[in-house]
Amino acid sequence: MGAGALTKDFPDKKSMLMYFLRGSKRYFAAAMVSSCVLAALELINPRVIGITVDSVIGEEPFDLPLAVRSMIDRIGGRDYLRSHLYVIALFVVCCAFLNGISRILYRTGATKGAETLLRTMRNDLYTHIIRLPFSWHAAHQTGDIIQRCTSDVETIKKFISEQFVVLLRMLVWIVFSVIFMWRIHTGLTVIVLFFLPVIITNSLIFHKHIAARFRVSDEEEGRLSAIAQENLTGVRVVRAFGKERYERKRFETQSGRLHAADIRLGQLFVTFWSVSSFLSRFQMFLILLIGAVFCVRGSLTSGHYLEFIGYNAMISWPVRMLGRIISEMSKAGVSIERIRYIMNAGEESALYGEDEDFPAGDITFSHVSFSFTGEGRVLDDVSFTVRQGETLGILGATGSGKSTLMYLMTRLYDLDDDAQKTDEKNMAGQPLRSGIITVGGKDIRQIPRHAVRRRIGMVLQEPYLFSRTLEENLTIAKRDADKKTIRNAVKTAALKETIDHFTHGYDTLVGERGVTLSGGQKQRTAIAQMLIREPDIMIFDDSLSAVDAETDLQIRNALLENAGRATVILISHRLTTLMHADHIIVLDKGRIAEEGTHETLLKRQGIYHRIYELQTAGASE
Amino acid sequence: MSMEETGKKDQSHISLPYYGIPRLIPFFKPYKKTLFAMMVLGLLSSLIDAAFPLFNRYALDHFVFPKTLQGVVPFIIVYMITVVLFVTIDYLTLIRAWRVEISISRDMKNAAFNHLQTLSFSYFNQNNVGYIHSRIMSDTQRIGEIVSWRFMDVIWHGSYLLFMIVMMLIVDIKLALYIMLLIPVTAVIVFFFQKRLIVLHRLIREINSRITALFNEGITGAKTIKILVAEETMGEGFRKETDLMRRTAVKTGRMHAFFIAGVAFMGSTALSIVLMSGGHMTIEGALKLSSLSVFITYALNIMEPVQFLIETLAQLVQAQVNIERITRLLRTESDVADTPEVIEKYGDTFSPKKENWEDLHGHVTFEDVTFMYPDGDENVLTHFNLDVPEGKNIAIVGETGAGKSTLVNLVCRFFEPTKGRILIDGKDARERSQLWLHSHIGYVLQTPHLFSGTVRDNLRYGKEDATDEEILLALRLVSAEEIVTSMEKGLDTEVGEGGSSLSTGEKQLLSFARALIADPKILVLDEATSSVDTVTERRIQEAIRTVIKGRTSFVIAHRLSTVVDADEILVVRDGKIIERGKHSELMRMRGYYHTLYTRQYEELAVKEAFQ
Repeated sequence: MGAGALTKDFPDKKSMLMYFLRGSKRYFAAAMVSSCVLAALELINPRVIGITVDSVIGEEPFDLPLAVRSMIDRIGGRDYLRSHLYVIALFVVCCAFLNGISRILYRTGATKGAETLLRTMRNDLYTHIIRLPFSWHAAHQTGDIIQRCTSDVETIKKFISEQFVVLLRMLVWIVFSVIFMWRIHTGLTVIVLFFLPVIITNSLIFHKHIAARFRVSDEEEGRLSAIAQENLTGVRVVRAFGKERYERKRFETQSGRLHAADIRLGQLFVTFWSVSSFLSRFQMFLILLIGAVFCVRGSLTSGHYLEFIGYNAMISWPVRMLGRIISEMSKAGVSIERIRYIMNAGEESALYGEDEDFPAGDITFSHVSFSFTGEGRVLDDVSFTVRQGETLGILGATGSGKSTLMYLMTRLYDLDDDAQKTDEKNMAGQPLRSGIITVGGKDIRQIPRHAVRRRIGMVLQEPYLFSRTLEENLTIAKRDADKKTIRNAVKTAALKETIDHFTHGYDTLVGERGVTLSGGQKQRTAIAQMLIREPDIMIFDDSLSAVDAETDLQIRNALLENAGRATVILISHRLTTLMHADHIIVLDKGRIAEEGTHETLLKRQGIYHRIYELQTAGASE
Repeated sequence: MSMEETGKKDQSHISLPYYGIPRLIPFFKPYKKTLFAMMVLGLLSSLIDAAFPLFNRYALDHFVFPKTLQGVVPFIIVYMITVVLFVTIDYLTLIRAWRVEISISRDMKNAAFNHLQTLSFSYFNQNNVGYIHSRIMSDTQRIGEIVSWRFMDVIWHGSYLLFMIVMMLIVDIKLALYIMLLIPVTAVIVFFFQKRLIVLHRLIREINSRITALFNEGITGAKTIKILVAEETMGEGFRKETDLMRRTAVKTGRMHAFFIAGVAFMGSTALSIVLMSGGHMTIEGALKLSSLSVFITYALNIMEPVQFLIETLAQLVQAQVNIERITRLLRTESDVADTPEVIEKYGDTFSPKKENWEDLHGHVTFEDVTFMYPDGDENVLTHFNLDVPEGKNIAIVGETGAGKSTLVNLVCRFFEPTKGRILIDGKDARERSQLWLHSHIGYVLQTPHLFSGTVRDNLRYGKEDATDEEILLALRLVSAEEIVTSMEKGLDTEVGEGGSSLSTGEKQLLSFARALIADPKILVLDEATSSVDTVTERRIQEAIRTVIKGRTSFVIAHRLSTVVDADEILVVRDGKIIERGKHSELMRMRGYYHTLYTRQYEELAVKEAFQ
């Protein structure tokens, strides 16, 4: 079995981020190291140019460390180099080659890190989310969770790979360049250093305002998008009311607003661009001019002068970028928080277990009461027993608590949710949950959830099919099922004809991106899906509602033949479905109103009897 | 087009986006002058940009080497003027490019949206909302961006490259030719990588959307996953995709790294050529040291525009999809169109001639109608006849997805009969305009669609000049008055996108009120299956009775109460009408209607028994 339950709690953003970075840190570290090598190599280029111009082509003495100078002397000094310029050219090409390699290493490292981080985040989120308790899912909106899993994850990845790593790389770059410049000429470097904060601050200030205008633009775009969306989803209403002209006006007005907001954003953006372009050009000009003055005064050689101009040009772009990166980094914090919220939700406890953990025997509910926080009781002191191998029928109106009963039995809900404070009370001041459910005498809470769910099969009223082939859907809970079992289950569930009807048979793609099955077909698929698992207890939660009475009967007869010793629980509106059950419970607003067999219930002249009369009368009207 | 097809197509050939461009020309036309100005300004700015290294040469030649500062003042003045000029020109260019971008995308958005208002329903049946929505919102944006910025990129980088070459040629022909030899080599490298990168990027987008779909499945199907103990199976499927994603993305990243390194290497090669041959020439006195430094600057910078130019080309190739999609939309013609004569008399969608409109009484007749959906392969109606006199109610019943809306679609003229005709007040529907018909039809969807805006805006949707008295009266008639009065701002309350601040039942009642205010002669009602509480249910039943009264109505029905009262019931199965008649007749037939009715009734019986 795969990764164990995640029990870790993340107290803050940093711990969350570090957890996600667990597999990718080394790649980022490698990228940073290569980035330093890369910066050093790139900065050698101007130096090579400077020395070549100054000391090889020009007449200046070599300004190099002793070791390098003696090496040059050994091969023949300046005269040799002057007549063999290809040596320098070769050296440049070699440097370029090493440069290329370290660049490749840096980029590959950064990509690997980023993609590993992305994969880790996605995998962690997915496995975590599907293990979160059902109550969590019921309480959260799909769209919101998806948003967190996609765009927030993307934002964090960007933060690390495009902002954090690039920021470090640029800092390395700037620091290295400044060191090189410092060695050439201190005075000029001071000027450069003076401009650094000016340009960065300028960029920071602008980006703060740009971000504000960007938000306005974004909101206007959101509104326009919503108008288009509404128009498209409501196309019938628009047409049937003949409101095309009105809609056109609405859309054009809003697209005009977006246009205006975009223009404002653009003006600021272009102004920023021009101002920072002016600043950096002006700075380059100053360096050129003051450098020339130093040359004239003799404190700078022409080669060094060119070299310095080269370094200065190299940092102009990174410096301009810094402000933008810093201002964008703040966005990531929100995204980390939004994801931490999901990751900190507790997974279902006691998930894993083997089939053997599940005892055979009767199922007993004794004095089971259940309510959600802030609501009244959904189940109120419900007690009953289903003997092994027998069939129980449950009848109740929508909202009578039938489904909750079944959710408790499959441990989708627990009588004492671990997340639930035991002293919490419901609206009426009663304890939230009480009572006990046992299987074969064992408290169901002592049995691992997976064991429970593997031995208790349940078919939902509105089954969910996954975007896979029909066969994959059928065997999703039992992947080693043999062909014979599958065919039998399909036959029992009256699904054979449907499958034969499809051109691709069992390989037909269903679900969101495949063939759309009707409600009845989905229900029958889900029934076959359950039969393949051969569970000890089968629950049909109103799962024949979309099947016509004839097929319903056909399926139930086939089930009787095949189910063998399985315990069956049937929930239905249809008395013809329930009447043959060994025991029938009539559930009303969370309480058992009547119970017995079909015959005894009819004799009682109560609710059951009334429904029977209504249904038989309705059918023959 | 399926994903597979797109993939194959991309790998086999990548061509320039000639397709569809003629259709885009009208969108560029208003900005002809601006685009021209952008071109001139762009050329100027690259000219200046390419000339900047000459300042360095001047400084070397006149100040550094002679070791004098004579003439430095004019130098400063000229330099500063150039910088200011450069920045100003850049500002003017950028502002224009920005304006053109968003203006073109706005114009296209409007055009696409307006065109959609005239398209018939077959378009909306064949394309889902998400697809159409991104045509309006993102394709237009992308094209605006491409047209304006890529245009500028070509101008900037193209002319920058050209100026650099010219200047190098002026300074020294031989050395310039050496460097120029490297340009085609670089171009080949860039082209080689771009071609592969385009394909990989597309693949990544596809995997990404699959991963999103899997997230969606894991969340919406959580209950099923738990019940089936399929956490491991699902997790495995998910991890397979994220693994593939990582592999593909790393491969792309690596390829990109080689690409960037390759181009940079070519730049260094250019530099080494300059150092070697230029150095020789300088030593021999054939080249000034200052000219050598200019060459060094050019050698370091020349590969960049080459790379950018080809990347621009690659972006154009990628934009081909967007251009194709939007032009396909604009080319699509409505298959329900009014004839020129009808438009002449009654006006078109956006400019109706209401003075020529006749009254509509609501007598609807299907006369020997045969109908097949444009994307279908089977007649769903064959020689169908139905006469609905003014004020009669028709109920249409059948399972979800059985094709119950066909009849309604025809009445509303969302589709036109393949054969036969539909008469409105005895006259072929095609003899009058769609807008005329639609202005007299009320349509109530019970997955009710409210627009964002105030409650008043929504209720007035069918009659823009309705007074508050009229609105309140209608609300009272459908017993929805208290929904509005209980709101703090009453009619001025914002309903939020899709009416999200209201419950389903409230929205349903409001949409009845909306229909009442419009006071249509023909009413179409599409009942939803969603369950509401008993009190609301009763109100809705009452509201239905109220709105139907006195109008010709077609009801796609789920409620027994609505069906039983209908003047005629049509029973639909697998797209075809298989039974028709009054409730009692149909029950006596003991056919499909009987089955459907019984099933509905069972549930109702349970509900009632517990009351």
